Amino acid sequence: MNTSNSHGRGHGSNNSQSHDDQPLLRMTDIRIEGFSDEQWHPIIKGVDLTLRRGEVMGLIGESGAGKSTLGLAAMGFARAGCRFTSGTVEFDGTDLLGLKEKERRQYWGTRIAYVAQSAAAAFNPAHRLIDQTIESASRSHVRNDAESRADAVELYDSLHLPDPENIGQRYPHQVSGGQLQRVMTAMAMSARPDLIIFDEPTTALDVTTQVEVLASMREIVDKYNTAAIYITHDLAVVAQMADVIKVLRYGEEVEQSSTRTMLAAPKEEYTKSLWSVRSLEKPEQRSEDFILQLKDIDAAYGKTPVLHGINIDLPRGKTVAVVGESGSGKSTAARVVTGLLPQTAGSVMFNGDELPPQLSDRTPDQLRRIQMIYQMADTAMNPRQTVEDIIGRPLEFFHNVQGREKEQRVMDLLSMIELDESFLDRLPAELSGGQKQRICIARALAAQPDIIICDEVTSALDQIVQEGILKLLLRLQEQYGISYLFITHDIATVKAISDEIVVMFQGKVVEQGLKSQILSPPYPEYTELLLSSVPEMDPEWLSNLLNQRDRVL
Amino acid sequence: MNNPDGYSASAEVGSVRKRRTRAERWWIELKKAPLSAWFGMIVLSGYIVVALFAPLLAPYGEAEVFPTPFGPWDEAHRFGTDQIGRDILSRLIYGARNTMGIALVTTLLSFAIGGGLGLVAAIRRGWVDQLLSRTVDVLMAIPSLIFALVLLSIFKPSVVSLILIIAVLDSTRVFRLTRSVAVSVVVMDYVEVARLRGEKLSWVMKKEILPNIMPPLVAEFGLRFSFVFLTIAALSFLGVGIQPPTADWGSMVRDNASLIQFAQYDIKAGFTPLLPAAAIGLLTVAVNFVVDWFLHKTSGLRDEH
Repeated sequence: MNTSNSHGRGHGSNNSQSHDDQPLLRMTDIRIEGFSDEQWHPIIKGVDLTLRRGEVMGLIGESGAGKSTLGLAAMGFARAGCRFTSGTVEFDGTDLLGLKEKERRQYWGTRIAYVAQSAAAAFNPAHRLIDQTIESASRSHVRNDAESRADAVELYDSLHLPDPENIGQRYPHQVSGGQLQRVMTAMAMSARPDLIIFDEPTTALDVTTQVEVLASMREIVDKYNTAAIYITHDLAVVAQMADVIKVLRYGEEVEQSSTRTMLAAPKEEYTKSLWSVRSLEKPEQRSEDFILQLKDIDAAYGKTPVLHGINIDLPRGKTVAVVGESGSGKSTAARVVTGLLPQTAGSVMFNGDELPPQLSDRTPDQLRRIQMIYQMADTAMNPRQTVEDIIGRPLEFFHNVQGREKEQRVMDLLSMIELDESFLDRLPAELSGGQKQRICIARALAAQPDIIICDEVTSALDQIVQEGILKLLLRLQEQYGISYLFITHDIATVKAISDEIVVMFQGKVVEQGLKSQILSPPYPEYTELLLSSVPEMDPEWLSNLLNQRDRVL
Repeated sequence: MNNPDGYSASAEVGSVRKRRTRAERWWIELKKAPLSAWFGMIVLSGYIVVALFAPLLAPYGEAEVFPTPFGPWDEAHRFGTDQIGRDILSRLIYGARNTMGIALVTTLLSFAIGGGLGLVAAIRRGWVDQLLSRTVDVLMAIPSLIFALVLLSIFKPSVVSLILIIAVLDSTRVFRLTRSVAVSVVVMDYVEVARLRGEKLSWVMKKEILPNIMPPLVAEFGLRFSFVFLTIAALSFLGVGIQPPTADWGSMVRDNASLIQFAQYDIKAGFTPLLPAAAIGLLTVAVNFVVDWFLHKTSGLRDEH
C-alpha cells in the first residue's frame, strides 16, 4: 500500500502507530433508530463495516436504505432525531461512540472529513472559498495559516480547478456546481484526513460535469492514500470509485465484495435486480404522422434569448427524447409547448392546427390534450391535498365527473398505475418517491391527454423505481396511444423509452433522428461528448475514457 | 424482467406514519407544549369565558351609576367605583367583551383585506403587484397611530369607523406577510399544474395556495390581534376610541388615572387605574406566549432527542 503520504498528516496520526494490517475503521453491530411520528423506528439494523487505510468502499442502495445514516455513523455522529442503540465505531483504535461529543469533535474535519451532496448548501455564501477551505486545518493547528493557503492552492491544482491561484478568492456563487463540489473535496482534504465520507457528491451534477468531478476525486484520494466511503445510488458511478462495494437494503447489509466480483457475479437476487435495470430497451418505430411540431421556435426569458429556431417533430403514439445538458433549452422547449412561455417567433402545430402561444388563449380542450409530468413529484403535488383530490380534480374540471362516479374513476386510474384504493386518502408526504411520480402520471392520465410532456421524470428516483416508472409509461403508451415528449439527460433512460432522439446544445437542436441513427457513429462533436460521459458498469471505464480524451487533446 | 424480490409499486415504503384523528394529533402537540404556552392558553381561555359570560359574571350593569363616585374598595364594590360612580369590577368584565370583541372583528377584517390582496399580488405579479405594493408602502410610511387619530377626527368616532380604520391600516402588514409567503408557494410546480389546467384565480388562491401558507398567517393573526387591541386601548385612552358609556379598558385607565395620586391615602385606590392596564398587559403576554409556541412549531425546527 502506498505510504508516501508523509505530506503533513494530522497530528493525531503522527502520534498513533499506523499498522497497515490494522483496519482504519471497524464498525460492529451498528444499530441506529430514528424518531418520527412519536416513536422510534430502526433505521440501521446491525451492520458491520471494516475499512483499511487507503481503501475506498462504495455504499449503495435505494433511498431509505440507510446509506447516509451509516456514512455519518462512521464519524460517530447521528443526525438530530436519530440515536445509536448499540455498536462500536472503532477509528484507528479508539471507540468514537465511547468519547464525549467534545472529544469526538477533535476527529471531525481533521481526521474524518465529510463531503455533502449539495455543495451549494454546504458553503457559507458570505465567505471566500479559500477561507472556508482552510478552516478546519487552521483551527486544529495542523498547519499555520500561510502554509494552509499555499496547500489549498496546491489542492485546487490537483483537483484540476481552473486558475488555482485565484479561484479561492471567489465566493461560492461565483463558481459552477461542479467546481464547488471540487472545492468541497479540497476542503475535506485540507487537513489530510485518514477517512473521507462522500455522500452522493455527484448526484446533483449533470453527466458531463460528473465525469470531471469523479476523476479528480479519485485522483486525489489515490494521491494521498486516503480511505473513503462513497455513498451513491448510481451503480456505474460507484464502479469507478470503489475497491469494495457494500449493498444495503432496509438498513441491513445485502452483500459485500470487491467491485469486480460484485459487477461480474453478484450473489444475491436483490443485487442482480439492481444490476439488470439498465438493460430495458424499447424497439424503435418510425412514423411520419406528426401530432406535434415545433417550427423555427425562438424563445427568450426577458431579453435573454434561450431557444434559437428549433424544430422538433413528435410522431403520434411515439416517444421523442430530448437530451442535452442543463441549460441547453430542453425544459424551455417544453414551456413553449405548454404555453407557459410564449415563443417570440415560430409556431407550434398541434394536430395540424396552430396552437395559440399564450396559455390564456388556449381552449380547455387544447389544455386537456397536452399534459405535463415534472421532475420533482414532491413539488408537483399540493402537500395539503389527498391522492383522491389530486387525481380527482382534472376529472371534475375537464370531464365534469362528480361524486360516486369520480371516486370510481379515481380508483380505476389508481389500478392503472399499479396502486390500490388504500392510497385514496393519503397525503403526498405519506408516499415514496416512486409512488408520488405514479400519482402525477395518474393525474396527467385523468385528463385523457394526447401528449404527455415528461420533464426528467425519473432522474430523482432510484434505478429500480425508475425501471418501474418507465415500464408503466411504455405500457400506457401501448394501451392508449399517448405520445411522449421525454426530456432527460440520462442516456440509459433514452434507450429504454424513446423512438426518436433530439439532441440539444445551447438552445439549438444539434440533430433529430431515430434512436438507432443517433446512438451509432459518426456523431456530431457534442453528441459524442454527451454519450461518452455516461458512466458504464465497467470499473475501467473512467480510466479508459480519460486516457482517450487525453490522447485526443 | 426477472424481479425476484417481487417489486411492486404499492409495496414501496413511504414515510412511516400512523393514521390519527385531528384530536389525537392536537393532544400529542399539547402534551409537548412548553409551560409558557400552557400559561398563555389558560389565561386566554379565562378571558374568553369572561367575555362570553359577562352579563352573568358581572355583579352590576355595564353603565349602572351609583351615588358615590370614586368609591373605595368594599363589600358592595369589590374594586370601588369610578368618577361617576360605576362599578369598576363590572366594567372590567364588560370591557373584556368589548375590547376583545372589537379587536377580533378588526383583525379578521384586516386579514380578509390584506390576505386577499396579498394573494392576488403574489399570483398576478406585474403591474397589479406593483400598484398594490406601492400603495401599501405609502400607507406604511405614515405612523399608523397618528394616521388613525387623523382619520378618527375626520370621521365621527364610532365602533364601525374604529373597526374600519384600524382594519385598513393594519391590513398593510398582513398584505406584506401574505404576499411574501405566497410568492414562494406560487412558484411551486403544483400551482403551475393548476394554471396549465386553466383553473380560475379564486380556485388557485383558495385550494392551492391558502392551505400552504396557513401556519405563518395564523401565527401572525395572534400577533396582530394583540397589536390591534393595544391600538384600540391607546385610542380609547386618548379619547377617540370606544365612546362612553361602553366599557373599555383603555378609557378606564384614562378616566381613573387621577386616582393614582390618592395612593398615599388609600393604597387600594391607587391600584384601581392599574387594574384595566394589567388586564391589557396580561392578555398581550398570554397571546404572545401562545404565538411564540406556534411559531416555533411551524418553523420546522426539530427538537433534539
